[in-house]
Amino acid sequence: MIDSKVLPTDYVTQPGRFRTSTGKTLKTDEMIINMGPQHPSTHGVLRLEIVVDGEIVVDVIPHIGYLHRCFEKHAEYMTNYQQVIPYADRMDYLASMNNDWAYALAVERLMKIEVPPRVEYIRVIMAELNRIASHLIAVGTFGIDMGAFTPFLWCFRDRERILDLFEMTCGARLLYNYIWVGGLSHDLPAKFVEKAKDFCQYFKPNIVELNSLLTYNEIFIKRTANVGVLPKDVAVNYACSGPMLRGSGISWDLRRADPYGVYDKFDWEVQIGEGEMGQVGDVWDRYIVKVREMEQSVKIIEQALAAIPEGNVQSAIPKRIRPEHGEIYVRTESPRGELGFYIISDGSTSPYRVKARSPAFVNLSVLPEIAQGCMIADLVAIVGSTDIVLGEVDR
Amino acid sequence: MTEIQIYFNNIWLAVYTAMVGMRLTFLHLFTPAVTIQYPDVKLKLPERARNRLYVNIDDCIGCDQCSMACPVNCITIDTIKGTPDQDLGTTSTGNKKRLHVPVFDIDIAKCCYCGLCVYPCPTECIVMTDVYEFSEFDRKNLIYNYSSMTQAEVVTAKDKLRKYDEEQAAKKAAAAAAPKPAAPLVAPPKPESPPPA
Amino acid sequence: MEEVGKTILKLIPLVGDQLSEYAVLVFLIGAAPPLIFILLYALVTLYTEMKVSAHIQDRVAYMYTGYHGILQPVADILKLIQKEDTVPDSADKFLFRLAPYLVFIGTYAGFAVIPFSSAYMGSNIDLGAFYLIAASSIVVIGLLMSGWASNNKWSLLGAMRAAAQLVSYEIPTALAVLVAVMITGSLNLNEVSKFQDGGIQNWVVLGGPLPILQKILLIPFTLVTFFILFLAGMAEVNRTPFDLAEAESELVQGFNTEYSGMKFAIFYLAEYANMFLVSAVAVSLFLGGWSSPFGSFMSGPVWGVFWFIMKGMFFVFVQIWMRWTLPRLRVDQLMYTSWKVMTPFLFVCIFAVGLILVL
Repeated sequence: MIDSKVLPTDYVTQPGRFRTSTGKTLKTDEMIINMGPQHPSTHGVLRLEIVVDGEIVVDVIPHIGYLHRCFEKHAEYMTNYQQVIPYADRMDYLASMNNDWAYALAVERLMKIEVPPRVEYIRVIMAELNRIASHLIAVGTFGIDMGAFTPFLWCFRDRERILDLFEMTCGARLLYNYIWVGGLSHDLPAKFVEKAKDFCQYFKPNIVELNSLLTYNEIFIKRTANVGVLPKDVAVNYACSGPMLRGSGISWDLRRADPYGVYDKFDWEVQIGEGEMGQVGDVWDRYIVKVREMEQSVKIIEQALAAIPEGNVQSAIPKRIRPEHGEIYVRTESPRGELGFYIISDGSTSPYRVKARSPAFVNLSVLPEIAQGCMIADLVAIVGSTDIVLGEVDR
Repeated sequence: MTEIQIYFNNIWLAVYTAMVGMRLTFLHLFTPAVTIQYPDVKLKLPERARNRLYVNIDDCIGCDQCSMACPVNCITIDTIKGTPDQDLGTTSTGNKKRLHVPVFDIDIAKCCYCGLCVYPCPTECIVMTDVYEFSEFDRKNLIYNYSSMTQAEVVTAKDKLRKYDEEQAAKKAAAAAAPKPAAPLVAPPKPESPPPA
Repeated sequence: MEEVGKTILKLIPLVGDQLSEYAVLVFLIGAAPPLIFILLYALVTLYTEMKVSAHIQDRVAYMYTGYHGILQPVADILKLIQKEDTVPDSADKFLFRLAPYLVFIGTYAGFAVIPFSSAYMGSNIDLGAFYLIAASSIVVIGLLMSGWASNNKWSLLGAMRAAAQLVSYEIPTALAVLVAVMITGSLNLNEVSKFQDGGIQNWVVLGGPLPILQKILLIPFTLVTFFILFLAGMAEVNRTPFDLAEAESELVQGFNTEYSGMKFAIFYLAEYANMFLVSAVAVSLFLGGWSSPFGSFMSGPVWGVFWFIMKGMFFVFVQIWMRWTLPRLRVDQLMYTSWKVMTPFLFVCIFAVGLILVL
């Protein structure tokens, strides 16, 4: 219904564009507004200092740190490597499995532990389930940002199913502490495989439903297409990753580009934004990449469930986690992008240094670049589409 | 498409997709709800549910491993050595108890429910239960004291230990003062009957 | 009672002397039914909105207070009455306090010309539809006032949006009303409803009681006009997808961010009353107002009230239903919809309806 174009930048800065009837130019002034830390659509405690000219955003300055919990320092002060995992859970609290896996993988590579194939398969299943859960939140809250409340609760309804699966596996619904160095805290419970298969069957039609309610709604498309366009080169220069990068049309997924676990055994496709509704790299592209990734995750889960081998999930857990002197950087594909852990070991039982490369933090840094000259409503859309989790931004 | 076609197409799409969405939501008016009436109806938690910690203090041997494993230091354990004359009993798993546990506090407000304390316990006395409704008006009430020892018992145990230590020290001193060349490396035989308290 | 009447009359300087003592009584009695209706209706709609939204989202909404939570709206109102009525320290306190009442007055004034039945109408003036459009413009002043007086940047932005939105959507509304007026030949909503009496085939949306050829030619245009009137009305009420003024994900809560307690409740009441007002206008102009859809069956002044409220409530339901389905428009798209879509379409409709009526 509406032909939305990105406003020309000179419109924003043009002096004296309002005139009185006598031809005098009116003095106009920019207004500085604090968006957040308590604001309904900053997805946590992000504070955006925005300079607006009427409805048009002239500049955005993100301020972070309201949820800083010293993850890296805590990790150094733990008495052993295992204790870091509950803290890693709390980094990106919407995708704890992926965080645990990334950390555990780093320690395993440091200690050169081979994990049994069953563990690898279970990890893939859990990580993909958690990716779906995380994307459901991203999509749902993005719907709220756009003013559509119903998709949010439909997404939550489906996410609850995933959390039920997690709860029956490891006992927790949000912060799992399930993936351990060298193995898992529990084996899969009885009937897990059937229930997970049921979930896949249940979930597929719901994506279709979500698409017809929200994704292909014309108002939604007009709100998101051609908004917040992130060109390829900017995305690469800012080291964006995950759906943010793929939305800009770059096929880069660490599960495919640098496979870890058993991701190389499954048949799935990396989803990229193609600019179907507007330009490549707009908000709609970033959104649809997440929706399509959920479909791909279901595909991976189904394959993994069918091929899951037998075995003991705790056989490779070391009695004592004491890596040799050394350092390692391991990167994985979390729902938000490249999640990396850089660990330095001094040969003791606790890490000398843990550095987390959190994708949400890096993705957020591109916000001022792409949000200039848009409207306040678009800024909300852009923040929503970057899919930040402040727990991970601030750590 | 020409501009005018785009114009009409946009209007048509806006109306049509809105109708599609409204049809969907209308159908959902008649689908059963997925929520439950929480305080009245409660979901059965799975066996592995990780909620409030429970300590079966009768089985605790005071080994302090749970406290060591805790990443947030929410478990405080203090122990008093049992003197050889006391029989502290055995745990249900058959381990012999050698220590009194006068303090076993869990600050459940700090607990992060990671479950790391549960795995190292040799007697499986610290477990996560499925109790999740334990809110309190005062934060102090969230510090759970699991120790079953009364104040008097603690004092007695401490006294016993001190006396025992003193006796041992005296014996050692006596042994050092009067070295017996016959058996210098053998420890003095333990008394058959308990010494008078 | 006479004493009270006289005292009140003295307060009205110019008109007061010329009216009798009973005028105020008559005035009060005449004005009371819409107010009572609004209050009761707000309770029902509050409940409906919560239940409809909940069931759309696979929830059940409140279930505890009474059977299926039917008393919850009362509890909500009680809560709002008890709440502390905060006024921000740096707010313009007089305007801040005045604004909600102005918003409500604008809406309430509109109810004066709504014919609830053939026998009851607050004020039987011949310029009913015209008056309605004028009266509802007071709301704009109230909204602007609340946003400005709050001394909050988000509120100010919301108020600016509200003003722009309401002023823009006055035009499609007025034009759509004009189409109906052209067909019925009266601005008095009661007359308009009377014109459509006699069954569903006489409703303006289906061409009105005109010769069959004219009817068939008119139907597409009246349908479009009705649709646009309803949407433009929704935009004036600030409901999703047009709720830009209080877009909670963008502007926190828009113009009423700083309001709490009873003042907030009055904003809420005004919004709900406005929802019905919009439906009522659409119903009385296009869907026969109080007239029964079955001709003389179930018709009469009392049934009129029933039919009118039923039709009105149906469209209130549609508004709720749309709100919980659609995303929100952006501010420029909102203006686009008003000026570039609705207004041209209505010009075409006016022109076509005029031509057909001349035939």
